[in-house]
Amino acid sequence: MMTANTEDFVIVGAKNSDANEHISKPALSFWQDAWRRLKLNKLAVISMWFLILILAFAVISNIFVPQKDANAFNSDKVGVYKNLPPNSGLPIPGWDGKIKAPGDNASTDVYESQGVPDGEKFILGTDNIGRSVAKRVTVGLRISLLVAIVATLIDLLIGVAYGVFAGWKGGWIDNTMQRIIEILSSIPNLIIVTMLGLLLGNGILSIILAIAMTGWLGMARQVRNMTLSLKERDYVLAAQSLGESSFKIAIKHLIPNMAGTIIVQVMMTVPTAIMFEAVLSAINLGVKPPTASLGSLISDAQAMLQFYPYQVLIPSAILVVVSLAFVLLGDGLRDAFDPRASED
Amino acid sequence: MTESIPKKLIELKDLQLYFNQGKANEVRAIDHVSFDIYEGEIFGLVGESGSGKTTIGRSILKLYEPTAGDILFEGKDISYLKGKQLSDFRKKAQMIFQDPQASLNGRMKVRDIIAEGIDVNKLATSKSDRDQKVQKLLDLVGLNKDHATRYPHEFSGGQRQRIGIARALAVDPKFIIADEPISALDVSIQAQVVNLMKELQKRHSLTYLFIAHDLSMVKYISDRIGVMHWGKLLEIGSADAVYNHPLHPYTKSLLSAIPVPDPEVEKARQHIDYDTHIETDGKERTMIEVNEGHFVLATAEEAAEYKAQQI
Amino acid sequence: MMSNPILKVENLHVNFNTYAGTVQAIRDVSFDLNKGETLAIVGESGSGKSVTTKTLMGLNAKNAVIPENSRLIFKDRNLLDLKEEEWQSVRGNEIAMIFQDPMTSLDPTMKIGMQIAEPLIKHRHIKKEAALTRALELMKGVGIPNAEEHINDYPHQWSGGMRQRAVVAIALAADPEILIADEPTTALDVTIQAQILTLMKKLQQETESSIIFITHDLGVVAGMADRVAVMYAGKIVEYGTVDEIFFNPQHPYTWGLLNSMPTTDTQVGTLEAIPGTPPDLLEPPKGDAFAARNVYALGIDSKQEPPFFKVSETHFAATWLLDERAPKVIPPVQIQKRWAHWLEMQGQEAY
Ligand SMILES: Nc1ncnc2c1ncn2[C@@H]1O[C@H](COP(=O)(O)OP(=O)(O)OP(=O)(O)O)[C@@H](O)[C@H]1O
Ligand SMILES: Nc1ncnc2c1ncn2[C@@H]1O[C@H](COP(=O)(O)OP(=O)(O)OP(=O)(O)O)[C@@H](O)[C@H]1O
Ligand SMILES: [Mg+2]
Ligand SMILES: [Mg+2]
Repeated sequence: MMTANTEDFVIVGAKNSDANEHISKPALSFWQDAWRRLKLNKLAVISMWFLILILAFAVISNIFVPQKDANAFNSDKVGVYKNLPPNSGLPIPGWDGKIKAPGDNASTDVYESQGVPDGEKFILGTDNIGRSVAKRVTVGLRISLLVAIVATLIDLLIGVAYGVFAGWKGGWIDNTMQRIIEILSSIPNLIIVTMLGLLLGNGILSIILAIAMTGWLGMARQVRNMTLSLKERDYVLAAQSLGESSFKIAIKHLIPNMAGTIIVQVMMTVPTAIMFEAVLSAINLGVKPPTASLGSLISDAQAMLQFYPYQVLIPSAILVVVSLAFVLLGDGLRDAFDPRASED
Repeated sequence: MTESIPKKLIELKDLQLYFNQGKANEVRAIDHVSFDIYEGEIFGLVGESGSGKTTIGRSILKLYEPTAGDILFEGKDISYLKGKQLSDFRKKAQMIFQDPQASLNGRMKVRDIIAEGIDVNKLATSKSDRDQKVQKLLDLVGLNKDHATRYPHEFSGGQRQRIGIARALAVDPKFIIADEPISALDVSIQAQVVNLMKELQKRHSLTYLFIAHDLSMVKYISDRIGVMHWGKLLEIGSADAVYNHPLHPYTKSLLSAIPVPDPEVEKARQHIDYDTHIETDGKERTMIEVNEGHFVLATAEEAAEYKAQQI
Repeated sequence: MMSNPILKVENLHVNFNTYAGTVQAIRDVSFDLNKGETLAIVGESGSGKSVTTKTLMGLNAKNAVIPENSRLIFKDRNLLDLKEEEWQSVRGNEIAMIFQDPMTSLDPTMKIGMQIAEPLIKHRHIKKEAALTRALELMKGVGIPNAEEHINDYPHQWSGGMRQRAVVAIALAADPEILIADEPTTALDVTIQAQILTLMKKLQQETESSIIFITHDLGVVAGMADRVAVMYAGKIVEYGTVDEIFFNPQHPYTWGLLNSMPTTDTQVGTLEAIPGTPPDLLEPPKGDAFAARNVYALGIDSKQEPPFFKVSETHFAATWLLDERAPKVIPPVQIQKRWAHWLEMQGQEAY
């Protein structure tokens, strides 16, 4: 009570609404807020950048590693180029073009013994007919990602449309649609795949369809459940009482509010699809040779696992790392979309 | 209540609404309810949680299909409205919700939330016209223009409720159902919202159905009050009559439960328990007019008794 | 009433670190709690009531920062120095809490009888059988009809009012010295609220525990409290006995709160709301935080924070209006009526 002048003790009254309704937090949309929270999760961010790079690589590699290039081999020189181990050109053990056959004591320089011209190196080695594993894997990754992503997108479209429709309509329509899902999910996936294989031949298209046909059920179920709970929300009732059409309500209110969950589901579906494709390859329902996918590379090479482990390990490692990145990113997104996870 | 003969805006005629009809878990949410709402009045509907207040409000907006009985809006049965008539009705009757958090879509900017009705009914000629209209509505409910680009979660409960009011007003309605618009708010903010609603009612000559479980605010805002319990309307009358001269034991019990901001009154307060027996004994009861415009659900003997008890 | 306090809160500050900056949720709160009394803390949403009580229970969010000089003295020790294990023996035992939402504080997968018995088993080391017998008594005590039949029910089988009774029973099970009730009835309708409040008063008389009662409803405060502290924007702005706060309020914010509730004789059109919204605690305003919404604000309010002015031995208010240099203001009619009543009461006591 030291420095008050008399005008300080005059009534000035309340301030206007600009002052007393002021919000000082920066305006943040749901997406910005989720992004902010995602950034706190280092593992998810690394996974995200890794996946962006992988996807970019898969797309751009079309230019310098065309499919034909990776499939082609010189039938006269199979003996020279086959089963060469990875060679970085540097004296790194296990990555110097030498391999130790089971039972041998010393490793042999395969490049020398098979008479590969000097200076020619295969950074990831070659397969049993002399094709570069690096090229095969690049193409395989491309095909695997293509299959998985397209299948997931189809899942997404069918699943969301089906789920929203069933949940929104409710009643007997919902009941019937639920029964259909139950029936479909009781058919073993492999039967569907085999049937489709018979129908369409086992090309990429039939694999994509096979994966999509079995994958959308989960998405549809989840979307339907969310729709059931969201449609009771007051903002949906408000939109209805304003005369908004059902289609607009789905687009404006329902789907945006489940987008977070859908995205997480997608992130989890992609690795499942990649794995499923690999399983199909393992039982010869996968892509047709000479086309490669990560799965077909693994299953083709596994017979020789003892002798040429790198031919299995390289595509397997890529498969695992890519799948893991999707799962980690999905996990991070789940936390980022869930406002209860953090109060700050 | 300015004209000599008030016009009926809403008429409920022997309305019944059962959930899960015929199943084991059947709920008689509305059980033979009839009342009218006059143009320009505020009709308060009170009763404990689960008594069927929300269900009545939503039936009037055609969000639920009644099991039996009719709802008339401006003399027309709303169950037959179609096409243009239906979209006109949608503009005329609007709703304000209880939970200010759940009633706003968190993915939309405040501007788009408020403009939803404008967009649906194509009430704006251009984007700038739309913005202007939103601006006016924000002003009306005491918010600023920099609130238009923010998202609902950034606001306090009272602010959110005002956004909901602005959304309802955007289509220039005649009739508003306010379903417990203040139950989730602080007492000080309740007064703000109630005053705003009263002011808007005068300015835009609106009619309200004001739903609440707390009689004190309802008494303050309403012209007439209906008291509900277990899907039945037990008492109806002018706000003053119901509040100061209650007839039905349930109303008396409800009134005795209201806390008053006065320690002396509170020390003396006795809570009257309600004996639900008189609703379950299976006797035939009808709405009986005990005093002019003041009805109670009772048998003839009970009605006489209630009248005698009244001072 | 001037007995020795069992709990002393001194210079409590609580800050929250968030991405947008530091939220100063509690900005210097001090109060005492006496044995056997009910202290009500009232204030608007966001004023810091729940943060205060969570701090008392050691349950604050991870991003909370409490500065060194804040002290919570209970039984000669500063609760803020306790380790988590030490807290466990205080929480639910010496200090218990009733939360606002009964559903979130009950475990949906555990039988209610067992939930009531648990604190006894944990803190009092009573055998399970005996604890369940005591739980049954407590259920009867809080007025659950046919308690025997319901002891093995799960929470979802009960109505909101019944659940809140169960929560009260759990809080009372260990016979705590301090009971903190954070808006225990806000989610309930008035009829059930009346039952729960009557119950709490009855049980308090039996056990002589102290209650900190948090609410925004002055009607409830009038019926429950011995003393009242009014909070605004993370500070206590006025405190006194219940009669002093209701009949001789001095802070314009208290006036505003009292005015915004209809009383039995409120006439249509006389309900006066406090305009605007409480300040954002990311950037607490300079001076008196209430100034922006205060029709009686003085020039000094936006420059310097008011100190507590003493109104009586038990009654203090932080408003520059009580400074001797301040002009005399005429409060709203409703408040004038309350003052008039106060003078009457004082007069009577003088005889
Ligand atoms: N969609 C529904 N399906 C089944 N029962 C319902 C449904 N909606 C409401 N009910 C039941 O109908 C009864 C009346 O509910 P209503 O929501 O109208 O009550 P209310 O008076 O608005 O209560 P509150 O004060 O809690 O909002 C309740 O018993 C409720 O459980
Ligand atoms: N973990 C946290 N992180 C950041 N801010 C927080 C956190 N917890 C509380 N706050 C802020 O602290 C302030 C006080 O919150 P508090 O929950 O104590 O309010 P209250 O008085 O209990 O209100 P209500 O009546 O709504 O329960 C609010 O502005 C709130 O946003
Ligand atoms: Mg309701
Ligand atoms: Mg709180």
